[in-house]
Amino acid sequence: FYLTPPQVNSILKANEYSFKVPEFDGKNVSSVLGFDSNQLPANAPIEDRRSAATCLQTRGMLLGVFDGHAGCACAQAVSERLFYYIAVSLLPHETLLEIENAVESGRALLPILQWHKHPNDYFSKEASKLYFNSLRTYWQELIDLNSGETTDVKEALINAFKRLDNDISLEAQVGDPNSFLNYLVLRVAFSGATACVAHVDGVDLHVANTGDSRAMLGVQEEDGSWSAVNLSYDHNAQNEREVERVKMEHPKSEEKSLVKQDRLLGLLMPFRAFGDVKFKWSIDLQKRVVESGPDQLNDNEYTKFIPPNYHTPPYLTAEPEVIHHKLRPQDKFLVLATDGLWETMHRQDVARIVGEYLTGVHHQQPIAVGGYKVTLGQMHGLLTERRARISSVFEDQNAATHLIRHAVGNNEFGAVDHERLSKMLSLPEELARMYRDDITIIVVQFNSHVIGACQNEE
Amino acid sequence: VAGMFLRLLSDVRWQAANPKWRRMTCSRRSTSSTAEPHPVSLPAQAQVVICGGGIMGTSVAYHLSKLGWKDIVLLEQGRLAAGTTRFCAGIVSTARHVSVELKMADYSNKLYQQLEHETGIQTGYMKTGSISLAQTQDRLISLKRIASSLNVMGIPCEIITPKQVAQLHPLINIHDLVGAMYVPEDALVSSASVSLALATAASRNGVQIHERTSVSHVVVQKGRVTGVETDRGQIQCQYFVNCAGQWAYELGHSGEEPVNIPLHACEHFYLLTHPLKEPLASSIPTIVDHDGRIYIRNWQGGILSGGFEKNPKPLFTEGRNQLEIQNLQEDWDHFEPLLSALLRRMPDLEALQIMQLVNCPESFTPDMRCIMGESPTVRGYFVLAGMNSAGISYGGGAGKYLAEWMVNGYPSENVWPLDLKRFGTLQSSRTFLRHRVMEVMPLICDLKVPRWDFQTGRQLRTSPLYDRLDAQGARWMEKHGFERVKYFVPPGKDLLDLDQSKTFYKPDWFDIVRSEVKCCKEAVCVIDMSSFTKFEISSTGDQALESLQYLFSNDLDVPVGHVVHTGMLNEKGGYENDCSIARLSKRSFFMISPTDQQVHCWAWLKNRLPNDSNLTVEDVTWKYTALNLIGPRAVDVLSELSYAPITPEHFPSLFCKEMSVGYANGIRVMSITHTGEPGFMLYIPIEYALHVYNEVMNMGQKYGIRNAGYYALRSLRIEKFFAFWGQDLDAFTTPMECGREFQVKLEKGMQFVGQEALLEQKQNGVYKRFTMFILEDHDTDMDLWPWWGEPIFRNGRYVGKTTSSAYSYTLERHVCLGFVQHFDEKTGEELVVTTDFINQGEYEIDIAGQRFQAKAKLYPFSSLFTHRRRKDEVELSGYQRE
Repeated sequence: FYLTPPQVNSILKANEYSFKVPEFDGKNVSSVLGFDSNQLPANAPIEDRRSAATCLQTRGMLLGVFDGHAGCACAQAVSERLFYYIAVSLLPHETLLEIENAVESGRALLPILQWHKHPNDYFSKEASKLYFNSLRTYWQELIDLNSGETTDVKEALINAFKRLDNDISLEAQVGDPNSFLNYLVLRVAFSGATACVAHVDGVDLHVANTGDSRAMLGVQEEDGSWSAVNLSYDHNAQNEREVERVKMEHPKSEEKSLVKQDRLLGLLMPFRAFGDVKFKWSIDLQKRVVESGPDQLNDNEYTKFIPPNYHTPPYLTAEPEVIHHKLRPQDKFLVLATDGLWETMHRQDVARIVGEYLTGVHHQQPIAVGGYKVTLGQMHGLLTERRARISSVFEDQNAATHLIRHAVGNNEFGAVDHERLSKMLSLPEELARMYRDDITIIVVQFNSHVIGACQNEE
Repeated sequence: VAGMFLRLLSDVRWQAANPKWRRMTCSRRSTSSTAEPHPVSLPAQAQVVICGGGIMGTSVAYHLSKLGWKDIVLLEQGRLAAGTTRFCAGIVSTARHVSVELKMADYSNKLYQQLEHETGIQTGYMKTGSISLAQTQDRLISLKRIASSLNVMGIPCEIITPKQVAQLHPLINIHDLVGAMYVPEDALVSSASVSLALATAASRNGVQIHERTSVSHVVVQKGRVTGVETDRGQIQCQYFVNCAGQWAYELGHSGEEPVNIPLHACEHFYLLTHPLKEPLASSIPTIVDHDGRIYIRNWQGGILSGGFEKNPKPLFTEGRNQLEIQNLQEDWDHFEPLLSALLRRMPDLEALQIMQLVNCPESFTPDMRCIMGESPTVRGYFVLAGMNSAGISYGGGAGKYLAEWMVNGYPSENVWPLDLKRFGTLQSSRTFLRHRVMEVMPLICDLKVPRWDFQTGRQLRTSPLYDRLDAQGARWMEKHGFERVKYFVPPGKDLLDLDQSKTFYKPDWFDIVRSEVKCCKEAVCVIDMSSFTKFEISSTGDQALESLQYLFSNDLDVPVGHVVHTGMLNEKGGYENDCSIARLSKRSFFMISPTDQQVHCWAWLKNRLPNDSNLTVEDVTWKYTALNLIGPRAVDVLSELSYAPITPEHFPSLFCKEMSVGYANGIRVMSITHTGEPGFMLYIPIEYALHVYNEVMNMGQKYGIRNAGYYALRSLRIEKFFAFWGQDLDAFTTPMECGREFQVKLEKGMQFVGQEALLEQKQNGVYKRFTMFILEDHDTDMDLWPWWGEPIFRNGRYVGKTTSSAYSYTLERHVCLGFVQHFDEKTGEELVVTTDFINQGEYEIDIAGQRFQAKAKLYPFSSLFTHRRRKDEVELSGYQRE
């Protein structure tokens, strides 16, 4: 079984999406030129989600990738709801009042977000009322709290993450008279999702991360080469600080059982996540909810199963770590991607591949032999690889697609090998997950001119 | 290239006597370490100033001094042999398609071989032989054609099998080869050393050589070179030779009187490696793999390999540019396809260590042939440049021909294919050159099939009817920038695409041209022949007639309205031009010449006509659209459109009348067709062209009129044994040798150019004879088609070469035209060719190594043709229509 290059392309391009920030008066005044995104499923259905939106009542753009586990329900809910929570957290008091008054009097609502969605990215119609009510409760509380202070982006991000996770938890505890919705909120709460969200406003870039997705900045050095700067920390067993944090939050007696086989309680890879109430609720609460829940939930072995050594919940939080970065002209792009990408590619390679893709092949550094000992064969191998890289650049109109092509198809030389690509993409559903994970990528391209100008003003 | 960085260094007089100069060949930077010879000031005057100390300049100096000219100064802006010459790959290869190029290469090889003995300077000459590989049958055919040419010139050469290739060269992968051509006497040299040896010999003969001296411009007065301005002062001179290589174009444009030298540089890359573990033997043959676009030669036990990629990088389009010079770096990504080809050809080289990738710009010309000769606008300004990366192969021969040209007035060979005057200002646009050389450089390795056309630089000169004809299916070729129709593809019929129609066999247009020819024979066809060069020569008194009588061999003192076919001959009686001249009035003449004569003929006339303000020559080429109405019904069409009597009684053959056609008045109608078929040429002021064309087509409908192209014309003229200038006729062919004695009026009562030579030939006989050959056992469908340049064998012995060929749809045979010579069987001496000698032989034509029987004819098969003949309509002329 062999896929032809056009077949491969149609698989790779099925979910690709591009957005260009519109120009006004022939000029793009935003620090963002636009973004490319794409995702390649390994699970069926895919458990990754992505979101992108422009804030309409404040400045800035929101972009995020969400990696679901134990189903896609939680990732789906977060991808629909999180940006509203963030946007609301950023809104000034007057705007919140205005919105609340409009709802109260049945007037048309100010639009808060302009979504940039691929046709396959859907929102749940059934839950929209429920989600809206929870959100409304949130902004009503914000109005009541009115601190009078200007909103800090970092704080807003943290609040929004925590509030949404809290709402997910509450909704599942309260339940819903509508049985479909009731089942939905339970599935959302019992499944989990990580989130990596970027907020770009002028030269201010904030990345809020919960879990093991990753944000990476592509920086072009003076000599034209590319380097990568991490804008998030992975929340998993490889991150010592994170392991320390978990251990600090629980009694010494649990130290050994907290992290086993690089997993939280021996079960969960990410150390922070939305949903996953099995790692947050008390055993009593879990049992009560499951028992009173619908049969589907009751019959589910996973939901009934209590994690071992479960003594002092919660073990898991959705609170993000937020990194603030002032964009510089040499910061050319931002890559947000789920761990499916980072498992297969080093960030340095990601920076180079995207950088070369975005700037065009001309910027490929020329080779000079100089005084080195190079054989004709070695040179030939090197040149063939460089040419393959160039030809794969020409095939893709989307930086995210281009990255996926490399992530899945790279051979040992770092060049796309069509045969390998074909094999990886034609794996049957049940095998696919063993060779690769869902991959979701957003590549945001920055506008160096605007960033340079902003810098000079400051 | 390196030379350019050296301009700031102090001046030196280059001296052959100083032994230290030899070190210059060893190191590029030796200039600073070598003790500087004392600077010598430039002479105030010299007979000849040569600009450029590369292989071309030194070769010209060498040959001029050999011919006895001593008062010569050679100026080099940097160091001798420092430009392209220094970096050239040093391969001397005689495998060339064009006969004169082959002769130049052969001479160069012989010259270099004895140069070390002559000068005592090591030239690195090594007779390694060369092997040209064929990966396809078509390539093998192409090689076999060259092999045939080499063999009859006495250059050893054989077609060998892939196995034999493996025996000659141990490293070659032969699995994809179908054969090869082995030329055992091809050689390698160190090109810089050859250049220095030539300079040394020239210097011993009195030539002064000055390095680090730049020519800023050439001083011209009254159309003649009078001196050269340099950064070190002026030198007065009578002759200037521009051998500035890739800077020749710029230098040509630096003076007040520009000299157009159409060439353009492209980057050229080759690879040098360290020696192999077992170093290659110095005698290992050079490999040329055209299909892989590469050459591979031994270099100090390792290899030197370069090639001609499909996507060349032109440079210096805007002139000399320091930035571009500094950016001339190794470009490995660009070299990748050539490296792949190299490793495919010699897989064992994988482990070989790289020394360097050399980037050495080469200059290329619009037609892939070099540029030599005198400027048409500035007398005494000679040029030798644009070697299309074969400078070393051509250097010796090209220098010799140019020196002969300067000293004797013309070289010892026909060099028209290389003559600067084949180009005009129209080939000198920088954009044109940039685009064209990007096509030319890859062409060096492409298969050269018959009738290929350049794709770039097209649609420059067109007839006003271009769009009309194009819409009717015209397929175009180009001559001197002018678009001309090859044939018309009938509606609904598709030809193969361009690549597939490249064939040595029967082409896909065969039946299309057949039907056009048939229509010319039976009804009437229109061919747009506007590209022909047209001059008007007139005077207030008899000056025009007197001058033309002197310059042309036929008698032009004919009644007004007559058309005369005549040669414009040189002193040796050879054709400088072949034209038709109509006497428009007592004092004015209308002269029609081949398309590519525009520059050459103009210069020839300008240089020889008296400087008399009462005599004017005007180039009116652009003023007239020319339509050729060919066929028995042409007379009917024309008479209906003009209401004038044009029956043979009123309008006999070879007449010219101004008349009206449709509404348009003042159309020059001539009863000639350049094919021997009945019909008329219509010279139409361009604003009437569309009207006349429409009228002719509408009126012609009932006579079965249709459009036709040059391929039909060519078939018609060749089967009628019409020679044409530029292909069959050249400066070395006289009217006596091609059966045109009747166009020479030796007794016309006044002297004319070439008269003495022709008188002598008339008395003593000719040494070659233009002959027509009908191929006998040739299968048009299955066999290779003749083209031109095929060797002719008489009774098994080589007697000459064909000059053109075509399929005759009337004879249903191929017809080749060519010259037969008579070599003494023992001494090889040239003997007089008599009619008996021609008639009493058994002939064969060699097409790519295969010989076909042929019947020789000295007169056309007039009896075979069925159309009605008029009394004196022997229109035995014709000239180029290719």
